[in-house]
Amino acid sequence: MAGDERRPPELRPLLLLRPSPLALSCLSTRFHLLKPWDSPLPLPAFLSAHAAAVEALLITGLIPVTADTLDSLPSVRCIVTTSAGVNHIDLSECARRGVVVANTGTVFSEDGADYAVGLLIDVLRRVSAADQYVRRGLWPITGDYPLGSKLGGKRVGIIGLGNIGSRVAKRLEAFGCTISYNSRTKKPSVPYKYYPNVCDLAADSDALVVSCSLTSKTHHIINKDVLSALGKQGIIINVGRGELIDEEELIKCLMNGDIKGAGLDVFKNEPSVPEEFLSMNNVVLSPHSAVCTNEVSQDLIHLVIANFEAFFSGRPLITPVSA
Amino acid sequence: METLGVLLTVPMNQYLEEELDSRYNLFRLWETPPESRLDFLRAHAGSIHALVGDTNVVADAETIDALPRLEIVSTFSVGLDKIDLHKCRERGIRVTNTPDVLTDDVADLAIGLAIAVLRRIPQADRYVRCGSWKAKGNYQLTTKFSGKPVGIIGLGRIGMAVAKRAEAFGCSISYHSRSEKPDTNYKYYSNVLDLAANCQVLIVACSLTPETRHIVNREVMDTLGPKGVLVNIGRGQHVDEPELVKALVEGRLGAAAIDVFEQEPLVPEELFGLDNVVISPHAGSDTLETCKAMADLVLQNLEAHSSSKPLLTPVL
Repeated sequence: MAGDERRPPELRPLLLLRPSPLALSCLSTRFHLLKPWDSPLPLPAFLSAHAAAVEALLITGLIPVTADTLDSLPSVRCIVTTSAGVNHIDLSECARRGVVVANTGTVFSEDGADYAVGLLIDVLRRVSAADQYVRRGLWPITGDYPLGSKLGGKRVGIIGLGNIGSRVAKRLEAFGCTISYNSRTKKPSVPYKYYPNVCDLAADSDALVVSCSLTSKTHHIINKDVLSALGKQGIIINVGRGELIDEEELIKCLMNGDIKGAGLDVFKNEPSVPEEFLSMNNVVLSPHSAVCTNEVSQDLIHLVIANFEAFFSGRPLITPVSA
Repeated sequence: METLGVLLTVPMNQYLEEELDSRYNLFRLWETPPESRLDFLRAHAGSIHALVGDTNVVADAETIDALPRLEIVSTFSVGLDKIDLHKCRERGIRVTNTPDVLTDDVADLAIGLAIAVLRRIPQADRYVRCGSWKAKGNYQLTTKFSGKPVGIIGLGRIGMAVAKRAEAFGCSISYHSRSEKPDTNYKYYSNVLDLAANCQVLIVACSLTPETRHIVNREVMDTLGPKGVLVNIGRGQHVDEPELVKALVEGRLGAAAIDVFEQEPLVPEELFGLDNVVISPHAGSDTLETCKAMADLVLQNLEAHSSSKPLLTPVL
């Protein structure tokens, strides 16, 4: 129809709130990127001046999207976040305002699962600690590193049998682990035992892998009772969010020997990590990097582009999330 | 009936040592300085019927010759490379090892090491501990493990267990072995260079024999290449170690995760400063559960031998 030509996607304005090298290098040819940090104006002034009509917002680096954020962007209708987790986005406010939100779907899931398994093996078999031991020149001086613990036959409880959790389960089965899980609801088509109560799951597990999303219901889902049920030989791996675990309780349990070890990719106040962890050699620490691979970056960019293109073409998002 | 005299070469396991001490006459070789060891052996030769060793010190020709009453060598390992099998065969000495009980642990570690080096888990742990996450921001992007083509040298018990685990990560499996295995679907390469050219993660899981010494040489490493990863859970002598160091330092080989070295416990110090390496102190079967199972197998074999019953895991 005359005058009704679709604007080519590369001219569509897309707002970023922080400089993401990946977004800047890969999206600038496809969208007109609005970059507040390049402006002398403070952010609110920039947004009033330049972003009042912007419909699309890309959230990188887990920057929060609150009611205030949405107030300052009255025309935004689509938010894409470069994360699997969406706890930094007020989904009900978005829903109320008719703003659709997309996350990374399953793009991160394999890497997240690989990393969770890698952390579990590391804690049980002391991979990182032994590597450090040898690099310090101690192998010829103080002999073999202390024995670890066998992974095969261990009962592993997965909290959150979603995209990452289900892939963790599949991998660990190949190592001879027995898998059980806790999730919001029982999954009808999985062969693993379902535990509606996390404490009960912990009591019957040798290791817990936390891979659920952070919501008001799952905040501190791993608390003192759960850690106590897990017990002195128990290991906990967290690739979800720091606030899924009561961090202070975890520290106490580790210091008192009430659980055996932990592999943690996420923390309450990243990038701050409680000092107490730094001297523990039965803990493996990781800088929120469970899904940060070169391969994933490529997949991620394609997905971000696909989601925005779908939005601009009036089609449903590829990887939508809802409140 | 004469109590079995057992020579224990190194203190490899406290439980094993205590059990041997309570059941038999135990001779502890490591308590004698190296230069006096032959004298020690000769002095007790009349009383030593059994020898228990591990991956580092077992039964070479000189030791066997010094022990005319030696009837059985029971190694606390599955590897036999430190036993002079030819001499044992000549003398009619029985040999047992500890297969199967350690297969899972070694395969678990092989995969754990592969993930650790591709995803830089030890390096990321140090990054956090030394405050770099706060000071410098996010850690670098690393390399995905799932889906990578995995090549295995040696498709025995451990090789098969590694393959099974890698498959759960969506990895394609190919292998090189002395001969093609009829009951697998994995792709076989009769030449280790072809295997290296067609995989990204190369895992050494074969036994050490004169034929497999330095099976991973400079050419194999160059073929594996700057994106390739070498994982060695076999024996240090499977890999040309000086060439390994050069290949890693020069970037001709992408990364390596090594559990075994040519002169354990000595490790080339050039590796200590490299971020594309994970170093493991021969820990393939180092779990409480498996070491107990290995010790029990040694004890059961010795028990069977002293009661003239069939050995449980004989090699000879």
